[in-house]
Amino acid sequence: MIKGNFIDNLPRVYGIYTGGFIGFIIVMAIAEQMGMTAKAIGIAFVAFTVFIYALIGYLSRTAQADAYYVAGRQVPTVFNGMATAADWMSGASFVAMAGGIYFKGYGYMALLVGWTGGYVLVASLLAPYLRKFGCYTVPDFIGTRYGGNLARFSAVVVLTVASFTYVTAQINATGTIASVALDIPFQYAVYVGLISILLCSMLGGMRGVTWTQVAQYIVLIIAYLLPVFWISNKMGAGFFPHFMLADEVARIGELEQQFGFVKNAAADLKSVPKGLAGITKAHSAVNATPWAFISLALAMMMGTASLPHVMMRYFTTPSVKAARKSVGWSLFFIFLLYSSAPMLATLSKLSLIDPNLPTGIIGKTFAEVEAIDWYQNWNQANLMFISDFNGNGTLELNEFFMGGKAVVLATPEIAGLPYVISGLVAAGGMAAAMSTADGLILAIANAISHDVYYKIIDPKAETAKRLLVARVLLVIIGFAGATIAAMEIQGILGSVIWAFDFAMSGLFFPLVLGVWWKRANRQGAIAGMLGGLAAGAWYLVWVRTGGSGFLGITQLTFGIFGSAVSLVLMVVVSLMTAEPDKATQKMVDDVRVPSGKSILGKSH
Amino acid sequence: MSNQEKHWEKTRGLLFITLAIWFVFSIGIFLFGAEMNEVTGPFGYPWTYWFTCQGSLGAFVILIFWFANRQEKIDEEFGFSEREDE
Repeated sequence: MIKGNFIDNLPRVYGIYTGGFIGFIIVMAIAEQMGMTAKAIGIAFVAFTVFIYALIGYLSRTAQADAYYVAGRQVPTVFNGMATAADWMSGASFVAMAGGIYFKGYGYMALLVGWTGGYVLVASLLAPYLRKFGCYTVPDFIGTRYGGNLARFSAVVVLTVASFTYVTAQINATGTIASVALDIPFQYAVYVGLISILLCSMLGGMRGVTWTQVAQYIVLIIAYLLPVFWISNKMGAGFFPHFMLADEVARIGELEQQFGFVKNAAADLKSVPKGLAGITKAHSAVNATPWAFISLALAMMMGTASLPHVMMRYFTTPSVKAARKSVGWSLFFIFLLYSSAPMLATLSKLSLIDPNLPTGIIGKTFAEVEAIDWYQNWNQANLMFISDFNGNGTLELNEFFMGGKAVVLATPEIAGLPYVISGLVAAGGMAAAMSTADGLILAIANAISHDVYYKIIDPKAETAKRLLVARVLLVIIGFAGATIAAMEIQGILGSVIWAFDFAMSGLFFPLVLGVWWKRANRQGAIAGMLGGLAAGAWYLVWVRTGGSGFLGITQLTFGIFGSAVSLVLMVVVSLMTAEPDKATQKMVDDVRVPSGKSILGKSH
Repeated sequence: MSNQEKHWEKTRGLLFITLAIWFVFSIGIFLFGAEMNEVTGPFGYPWTYWFTCQGSLGAFVILIFWFANRQEKIDEEFGFSEREDE
């Protein structure tokens, strides 16, 4: 049906798919009216979507290195943009971001700027040049540009540290959603999530991941936007929330003034379950110093340009020109979700705290709030909590606590939307976490199979054997990630931010200077990668173990220190050692123009 | 100066312009976040709040497409653009 000229048929294939998915939502809505239980709807949504992804993964199976590593380099611009957007937007973006904005306000919105602005760096500094290079993986570029196995291996080390930190968080997110939707314990749900992830990538490699990611983007964007528009219209806040919520933002400011931010006693806070937070920061006021905001945004932007699972998406476009345009489309598709997150946070907060709205709970008596259905549900799920600290019997702003995830997951229910929307949101969160986990596991497995096994250990290996090694590694890395995720060491958001810092510490300058500074050489690059990573890791450990830090660099922005060390080391060591040979300089010249043959052959 | 050197000089010029615009929207305006937030901006949102929600994000999208078009023109001018069949 879709074999042969599959690429030409893409708009039709995904058009039918989108129509089918909307049809499925409608069927579920009707089933809900006819008495289907909430639990059954949740299971149906997650099971149906995961089945579709697995089917796409199976149809994309391949035995060719070119298709496995870079999807045959024939992914059209716009579809690559969608795939990148899904690859990029993880469980953190989908489930945690609106919650972060809800609780922390302006200081946290630096992430919105950072996670979008980084794409300007990707488009102008790196993506087109790496595409021209013709590499399969990011260490492939480092290894060929600087030469030598040590440089290649250093890049694999940085990639693995950053991507592995990131992937445990994503498997954790798939596990959380699977455990809620399928009603099974988290320890098992993690492995259910993992198997779904592997089904997409095992057989088809990058080709399978590309076409499932496009499908996952469609699910996640519908699942995010539909509730935002619906709630906004239902509350009468505005037909198009993005342009019409100024009054609501102002009203929240008014209510904050009226209630005041009462500081709770430490003893009172002890009774609040772990992970829940109260509203303690202003919604739209500037509540962070310029440096706190800018340093976080800057770290996220430079991290974006260093994360291998994003960069490798641009290796799959047909041309250099397409790679540049594709970055623009990626950011456009990301923009659709990111610009909606603050709107969701606004609607969610106002619907809870405004006493004039029927959904508002602040100012009600405790008995009234405890009788509400959704409060009971989310309290049971350990995502909501109220406690009468001052003993007056009515709920105050400082006596209400909520988990960050609840902003996305619970708001549809609080606003009184049918349960089918909650099922849809669960499917969306699953899609977001799965697509990112897929990209990350593939990035690690490909780097180890291509750069360590094929390029360093056994350069004569046959394609079939190389791809077998790649698949075995995929499974091993996936299970290692799931095992660590099951231990629940850190939260989703914290470890995602750390991954950005690790990546920028070790890879940002070696990548950028590899294209933009001809004088950069092997010794400099190795010093930059290993020194930067070590410096960043040291700073993180130091601050975590009670160190005071300096220049306002926190454990969330340690990459600024790591990358600064990396830059200095790289420049100093490069200048102290011999300049790269003529052949390498010629290679850099060739990378800088789009026309002509790529540096690495079609099958290398 | 060879054709390729001229091409690279223009490419680098475009990079600096692009990064300058990027700097304004990602860093520059947030140096004055507190002051700017006092003023009402687009759609009635405070200016700084609007930039973090939509303004800067949208500016980045437009900037990348603008950059890609300019770079294509530079490549064509010096005969370095790819043929379609490549």
